[in-house]
Amino acid sequence: MFGTALIVFREVLEAALIVGIVAAATRGIAGRARWIAAGIAAGVFGSLAVAAGAGVLSQLAEGMGQELFNATILGVAVAMLAWHNIWMSIHGRELASHAKEVGAGIRSGSKALSVLLIVVAIAVLREGSETVLFLYGVAISGDEARMPMILGGAIGLAGGVAVGWFLFAGLLRIPLKYFFTATSFLVLLLAAGMASQAARFLIQADVIPSLAAPLWDTSSLVSNSSLLGKALTGMIGYDARPAGMQIAFFMVVLVAVWAGMSWAKRRYESPNTAS
Amino acid sequence: MPRLAAALARLAASAGLAALPALAASEAEFNLTIENHKFTPERIEIPAGKKVKFLVENKDASAEEFDSDDLRIEKVIGANSRGTIWVGPLKAGEYKFVGEYHDKTARGVVVAK
Repeated sequence: MFGTALIVFREVLEAALIVGIVAAATRGIAGRARWIAAGIAAGVFGSLAVAAGAGVLSQLAEGMGQELFNATILGVAVAMLAWHNIWMSIHGRELASHAKEVGAGIRSGSKALSVLLIVVAIAVLREGSETVLFLYGVAISGDEARMPMILGGAIGLAGGVAVGWFLFAGLLRIPLKYFFTATSFLVLLLAAGMASQAARFLIQADVIPSLAAPLWDTSSLVSNSSLLGKALTGMIGYDARPAGMQIAFFMVVLVAVWAGMSWAKRRYESPNTAS
Repeated sequence: MPRLAAALARLAASAGLAALPALAASEAEFNLTIENHKFTPERIEIPAGKKVKFLVENKDASAEEFDSDDLRIEKVIGANSRGTIWVGPLKAGEYKFVGEYHDKTARGVVVAK
């Protein structure tokens, strides 16, 4: 039971942290709870579909279907996060000053939310499909009775969700003045980290070269199999032994999104409100 | 949903097919079997500094995830199916891997020489 709980917790953790960041980053936008719930629901259904099709998926593209699928959905998530951050650099100040006024910017807000719904769905989908496969394996092998397995799964799920919730609640304590700066920064790192993970899958599929692998090795400091390592992977794409190409992807996305944000800010900010 | 899956499949296939054949011919290949939640062989020696291909066959009725923090590889191998994993190029040394869904029994090591 505890073995099951631990594995489920490890899988849920990354997704929960991402959802926590997204939930905080959309503070003040009307209807976000519904959008996030829809994203989670879509991710859960997607998980079941991917788990059911896992065998088929891995046969595609000369056995590289899984890697290309992962890289593709991560790439989509990076694009969505980038779009969100650029949008926020224009509207963040508005949102911060009207955070309590329900309905401020509903129309443009729903566009930003639909983008993050996809990010939430992808995060849940990636970790969820592995959880489903694992639990299915435990169920049919009969190594563990049905009830302890379900209980273990539930404990692991609750633990992961709790960590995501703590992150969310902790972020909400940041003073409003700095709040959107802080969440934008987290979203920026999230996007760059996902780009690095996408690069890893493309290297694994032999589509791109690895360039100096590994560039460094910090596995004795924080290993990727530790819980801290898992959490950092989820939030910033931490890799104890990154390939040069992963760092290149990370830096390109980091710089490009940051440049997009400052461009949007300059362009839309009227000179008399600049401080 | 099936139509979407098929579309994704085609997309993935075209991307993969374009990139792979040029390299596929000359790579060394190693067979790895998963049965009763164990790997055979549990120790694989490969040449250091070269990219090699693992052909993994899962004979169990449940899926397994080939997972290695040392190699930075995670790959789900479906029940009763095969998967291909690219490994390396690696520096000389030992690299552990496990089947994440049965990590008490499914354990192995890649030795690069």
